[in-house]
Amino acid sequence: MERLLLVLATVCFLFGFAYSMYALGARVYRPSRLNLFAILTGFTFQSAFLVLRGHELRRCPLTSLFEVLIFLCWSMVIFYRLIGSAYRLSLLGAFTSPLVFVIQGVALLLPYHPPTLGRPPANPWLEMHAALSVVAYGAFALACVAGAMYLVQERQLKTHHIHSVFYRLPPIHDLAAANRRLIYAGFAFFTVGLFCGYMRGAAHDPLLRHAAVAIWFLYGSVLAASFWRRISPRRFALFSVAAFGAMLLTLWGIQFIPRPGL
Amino acid sequence: MEILCFGLSHHTAALDQRERFSIPDGEIGAAAAKLARLAGVGEAVIVSTCNRVEYYVGAEDLSRGFSAIAEFIESRSGAVDKSAFFSHDRANSVRHLFRVVCGLDSMVLGETEILGQVKKAYRTAHENGATSRNLNKLFQRAFNVAKEVRSKTNITRGSVSVGSVAVDLAEKIFGKLSHCRVMILGAGETSEMTAGALQARGVRGIFVANRSHERAIALAEKMGGRAIHFDSWAGEFHDVDILIGSTAAPHHVITREQIAPLMKARRDRPLFCIDLAVPRDIDPAVNDLDGVYLYDIDSLQAEADRSMAIRRQDLVVCDGMIERHVVEFQNWLEGAWRAAIHYSTAASGGIDPNPLVK
Repeated sequence: MERLLLVLATVCFLFGFAYSMYALGARVYRPSRLNLFAILTGFTFQSAFLVLRGHELRRCPLTSLFEVLIFLCWSMVIFYRLIGSAYRLSLLGAFTSPLVFVIQGVALLLPYHPPTLGRPPANPWLEMHAALSVVAYGAFALACVAGAMYLVQERQLKTHHIHSVFYRLPPIHDLAAANRRLIYAGFAFFTVGLFCGYMRGAAHDPLLRHAAVAIWFLYGSVLAASFWRRISPRRFALFSVAAFGAMLLTLWGIQFIPRPGL
Repeated sequence: MEILCFGLSHHTAALDQRERFSIPDGEIGAAAAKLARLAGVGEAVIVSTCNRVEYYVGAEDLSRGFSAIAEFIESRSGAVDKSAFFSHDRANSVRHLFRVVCGLDSMVLGETEILGQVKKAYRTAHENGATSRNLNKLFQRAFNVAKEVRSKTNITRGSVSVGSVAVDLAEKIFGKLSHCRVMILGAGETSEMTAGALQARGVRGIFVANRSHERAIALAEKMGGRAIHFDSWAGEFHDVDILIGSTAAPHHVITREQIAPLMKARRDRPLFCIDLAVPRDIDPAVNDLDGVYLYDIDSLQAEADRSMAIRRQDLVVCDGMIERHVVEFQNWLEGAWRAAIHYSTAASGGIDPNPLVK
């Protein structure tokens, strides 16, 4: 049943992705209720999956990479609805669908671990740390999408090579604001998540801890630079794309580094 | 019942003839009602714009319909020079109306103003009792066709004039223009038109700087803006989002070295520079600065041409969509006509003159 919910959610995002590609290819893209409906239906299936999984585990469903990826996709859709609606960035949905589809597809390809009880009792600090960190990654992922859209539009405006899709992209000023706010939101969640991580009391993986602090400093310093107007919106957009890529690579690559005692 | 169309347009008649046969807005309804009451005519809609005067009529037969329209026009505007007029009957008149409302017959391909004008003409005729079932159905169908063609093709995509390209680009940079301020350097006609187009989209304030301060004052008053001395434009720059250059200076008036330090004080707000001058007012190197988007007259024109080319590419697709609706409407009209004969025959108790009806 759980897996079926996830497959249905992935199909919804695939539909949103395919529709957006078709519409953009046919140069007739308009913010579509069909795409929004697909994303919202996918979100409903995702939520149902996470609720069922959480009930079975009796804790936040973040006990494996599989669950973390689903939770990440779920938080990305939430941020899309919050930020997309606020800035009339309907086309963000066209770019969110493929990203969510790919991440969720990868999750489905991972070995399936049915929920197992009998784990040690949940530590609320750890639960909060994990959940807030993944929500923060969701915001950073969407900032990466907004940043990529900004860079595409900026290049078209600068070079005067304007593709017809350009007219469907949100205003560059709105994209810059959305990008900044997503990074602010992600950073706030990440900070609280990090604090919860330190409060959990159990032993930490030092490498993971250092990576998390490095990511915090990276985003924090760029936000400070943006706050004091030391970095242009274009560089901020570049940063949001590069930083998210670097963060994914770090978190993925860290598991291959041998560490004594782990 | 036959549907026919008679009229003149920018394709067939020069401006003086279009002026002569045009009908003022206030008289359109009464004129349509009068035409609809003529013998042999049952329904009428008159579309009169600066580019066309067209009569759409539902008549008992074609020849009576056309002669009624000619008689009506002659009584109103004098003798008709037939070479300036076109006429369409049956499916051709339906096709013509559908192409007109889609902007395919317009001087600027794909323009959308015509749809509003035809809607107004139809509404006026309807309110004056000049339309009935057939023209009601025809015009409702025409409005649906226009909606479909506009939403499913690129026929209205992009802007096809320098001024509207500039406005579109400004909206793509800033979103709503209601928070934007415009500075005009050089009080020329082109800059005035472009600033006017931006003002029509809601820009908040306009500054005008010109070598001759009197001209700056005159233009500022005309546009409801503020005149500033040409040498002090940099002092107002921090408040400006769109800069229009159109001076007659033989060299760059604005250089990268001037703009770069000013951009730092703008707190991330982009700057859209529109250089309408030849020779150019704004150093092209300004475009290399982060957050500055510079368009000169050639790049704006190139964008307008590109939009027009995209529209032209879709002409065949539009005509295909229209053709499907023409066939559907003709089928409906034929069905309605047969049904009317059937009911009138049944009501009179006589022999059915048309066995096909059954």
